[in-house]
Amino acid sequence: MTQLYKVAIVGSGPGGMSAGGRAAQAGISHILLEKTDHLSDTIYKYQKGKLVMATPDILPLRSPMDFKLGIREDILGTWDRQTAELKVNVKFNSEVTKITGKKGAFELTVAGGEKIQAENVVLAIGLQGNLRKLGIPGSDNHPKVQYQLDDPDEYADETIMVVGAGDAAIENAVALAKQNKVIIVNRSAEFARAKQGNLDLITKSIEKGLLECMYSSAPVRLEPAGDRLKHVLKTADGEAEVVCDRIIARLGALAPRSFVEACGIQFPSKDPTALPELSPTYESNVAGLYIIGALAGYPLIKQAMNQGYEVVEFIQGNRVKPADEPLLEEKFKKLLDRYTVDELLVAIQSTIPVFAGLTILQLREVLLGSEVRMPQAGETVFQRNEFTNTFFTVFEGEVAIQVDSEDRDDDVMLGPGSFFGEMGLISGRRRSATVIASKPCVLIETARREMIKLIKSLPKVRETIDRAAVERQIRTYLAPSLSRDDMDSILRSAKLRSFKSNEVLFKEGDPGDGVFLIRTGSCTVSRRIGDKEIVMSYVPAGHYVGEMALVRDMPRSATVKAAIETETVWLDGAGFRLLLDHLPDLRHRIERRIGAIITQTEDMAARPETGNLIQFLVQEGGKEAADMLLIDESLCVRCDNCEKACAETHGGISRLDREAGPTYASIHVPTSCRHCEHPHCMADCPPDALHKTKDGEVYIDEQTCIGCGNCERNCPYGVIHMSYEAPAKPGLLSWLLFGLGYGPGEDKKAVHDSHQGKKLAVKCDMCKDIDGGAACVRSCPTGAAIRVSPEQFFSLTNNVAQ
Amino acid sequence: MHESILAFRGFKYLKLSALMVAVTAIVYAVHQPTVGPPNGGTALGYALGTLGLGLIIWLAWFGVRKRRYGLGKMLLEDWLSAHVYLGLGLIVVATLHTGFQFGWNVHTLAYVLMILVIASGAFGVFAYLRYPRLMTENRRGATQRELLTQIAELDVKAREISAGLGDDIHGEVMRAQEKLALGGPARRQLSGRDPNCPATAALKRVGDLSLGLPVTDAEKGRALIALLARKVELVERVRRDLGFKAMMDVWLFVHVPLTFGLLASLTAHVVSVFFYW
Repeated sequence: MTQLYKVAIVGSGPGGMSAGGRAAQAGISHILLEKTDHLSDTIYKYQKGKLVMATPDILPLRSPMDFKLGIREDILGTWDRQTAELKVNVKFNSEVTKITGKKGAFELTVAGGEKIQAENVVLAIGLQGNLRKLGIPGSDNHPKVQYQLDDPDEYADETIMVVGAGDAAIENAVALAKQNKVIIVNRSAEFARAKQGNLDLITKSIEKGLLECMYSSAPVRLEPAGDRLKHVLKTADGEAEVVCDRIIARLGALAPRSFVEACGIQFPSKDPTALPELSPTYESNVAGLYIIGALAGYPLIKQAMNQGYEVVEFIQGNRVKPADEPLLEEKFKKLLDRYTVDELLVAIQSTIPVFAGLTILQLREVLLGSEVRMPQAGETVFQRNEFTNTFFTVFEGEVAIQVDSEDRDDDVMLGPGSFFGEMGLISGRRRSATVIASKPCVLIETARREMIKLIKSLPKVRETIDRAAVERQIRTYLAPSLSRDDMDSILRSAKLRSFKSNEVLFKEGDPGDGVFLIRTGSCTVSRRIGDKEIVMSYVPAGHYVGEMALVRDMPRSATVKAAIETETVWLDGAGFRLLLDHLPDLRHRIERRIGAIITQTEDMAARPETGNLIQFLVQEGGKEAADMLLIDESLCVRCDNCEKACAETHGGISRLDREAGPTYASIHVPTSCRHCEHPHCMADCPPDALHKTKDGEVYIDEQTCIGCGNCERNCPYGVIHMSYEAPAKPGLLSWLLFGLGYGPGEDKKAVHDSHQGKKLAVKCDMCKDIDGGAACVRSCPTGAAIRVSPEQFFSLTNNVAQ
Repeated sequence: MHESILAFRGFKYLKLSALMVAVTAIVYAVHQPTVGPPNGGTALGYALGTLGLGLIIWLAWFGVRKRRYGLGKMLLEDWLSAHVYLGLGLIVVATLHTGFQFGWNVHTLAYVLMILVIASGAFGVFAYLRYPRLMTENRRGATQRELLTQIAELDVKAREISAGLGDDIHGEVMRAQEKLALGGPARRQLSGRDPNCPATAALKRVGDLSLGLPVTDAEKGRALIALLARKVELVERVRRDLGFKAMMDVWLFVHVPLTFGLLASLTAHVVSVFFYW
């Protein structure tokens, strides 16, 4: 009779090994089955000498094995030693091919035919056996396209493209860059998925010019180019081609679904990224079959090791609390008189549908990045026009969304389970409505970074949010008082349509088939006048285009082009006409707007130069700016009082270079922050020192800035610079009367020579801490300097041309 | 959106100043002094004197206000617009205060200084209205530093080419580069040109000398001349740029010191009136 183990652990990665260690420590009969001839194959396959991170730092480790930040070899050595010391029963070269049976009597079949009996099974196989492929034309089985990198020193003097933005991609890219020209391709504009340490590493490497990064770029296809590869990518500015020698794609891994399903475990959806559903004790739908580690949805080593410990405790019937429990208890202490943490998690999931698709572990992580807010009835949660970008879910109580600030009858009431604040998250624009607690509430406020991570890893969350967002955008921008039925019929025809920078939404002369509600990005409207394309106006997010052709039943009267990557909600013609029929108010509004547009068009046709000016302003940052400093050079007397004012109000360092920057038709755009909607500078700040105030000002927290210079490099407008602190200087009157010190303004030489402390990033903060607003504008003696938002471009150009 | 200091908020300070001038003029016309001709010692004289003194102190305060960065709610443009119109209005207030009695004394000195300050300020307004646009047109989108960098780049190229064209030409190019000065004495800066410009002279002389170049070097000679001509154009642009800036700055060298002189003589005027009259 073969031995019946209390627990069989499949896979000896951090999770499985830790479980084995705990079982050995507790004296439970166990067996640890490992496919290869060594422990922890995934980490074994890491690059030689790789620094292994121990994130999240705040999470305590709970395992019989040690683990802290260190080199691959040291960590593996420690684990080997401790596994031996604890006398863990490891069986190498034993790939499990089949698991059958049920709790108390599982049978595991090992490759080669041997069978092992166990009461419980812990699956800790991770995901690395099933790597995600590039999947673009030309990439299948290409010898120069690889998904792993064992030893980066194998390659030299090659041009290598590393595709991916996760930890593996970053580490590979940086290691390869020592001997090769490396381009890392990141689908998004930031490295949100990577660990903090890797984030620092990649940003510093890019900053130093050790490697290049293509942000917001996605592989499209591969073509042969001699014995090299031509890699065609879709970037934010259109298609790009890069010729390279090798592509290393590190796109993560997918669950080894067929094996897991064969064990009887169900997946919640057909989505290849889906992970099995688990109980809070990591038990799958098959009783006695537990899953931990990456396959359970948690890829971090420390978490997996904790789970290894915990799962053995659960199997023994001990209800241990997860290691992050104290952190969650602290966050939710106000609610703990009514719930335990576990009950609270279940309650949150059952109440709030957005979070319903998350595993408990994912939910715990999201909640660690969230705050609980408990406003009283009547208290404001956030104000219309604020620039805050957190995401709220209602756990208890009710909030009123004031869609129309005048008409409170149109307030939308949201009860438990609903969410709000998603527009700020999606568009980066100001809050479009004021939200007030109509009853005492319990709200969960989640950080943008956390939500973005969630949206990226769980498409379902994105869908849920998008669907609701479309409806709310229609309500906010078009039809606040639309009935439920009408809304439903419109939603059926509504589609999300995205456009790349410079892509055309529709062309002059096209038949009018629908209306575009711009939800992120911005567009320019242009018409052919004579033989020239003249820009007529600029349309920022939150407005719609294309209504004219539908109302007037005629072809498109202008061409609309995305000025920057733009996402729209498209409503088909029939749906939009239905809106007009049911809402005479809207029809009037639109008729009036069309009247204004026609007047404006005639006006512009007479003065095409103003169109060029709008085009110029849009290009110089208007397309994504919340606010731009513009100087009318026909008024500017070059006294530099603006720069002096800036330096005097900001520690002696001017954040504005009046003279630098482009000029068109006497309108000069000085080098000064545009306060972008989705600030490029914020995309890659390792210490998270860049913030946006609720008024939209992008500023640097000087206390947290580490001086890495990423923001300086990422800003497309060159408005951030690194500077030493300015030395103190005598007061104004000492200078005015006795000529002491440098006088008002930045003493460039003194700042350069000061070497006080460390060079830190400085940028315009729109004088957010100064009463009365921007000092540069207020100190301009001739009124040449003004700050405008893109919505004001048209009136600005009107003025200039007169 | 953009508004000049003169047109600021629908000429509100023009209106205010005009009102002040009109009221003082009417009062002056109506007022009959009890003793002697109209003068600064009558009740109206004292009133106008007080108003004028207040205005002068307030106008001079602009120099401090301008530098109180980040303080006060008003735009500096608001202050400057008021400064201009009320400063011009001061001429009438102060002149009526004198009762048209002038002499070789400290009182008239204060008046003359005041007129000079206002006149220099009026030139300042003219300069502020005229030169910014000229400056922008002259710069053609480049910053001064960019223009200087372009000149330096042309110099490097000119040295390279001229090195192969014989000592005469090379010497000309080198000397002209060493001697070139931008800026310099106030008069030259203000004029925006330099009649003895070494770059212009070098262009002419190199043009003459290149006639003697062998046919094989003719192409190079033409390239050098093109470089030098381009440099002359840039140098002239920088000089004009400096000239415009100098015109916008120069009046302040009169306006500000004379203001201090005015404040001193005004103190003497007031003290002497009250203690020795």
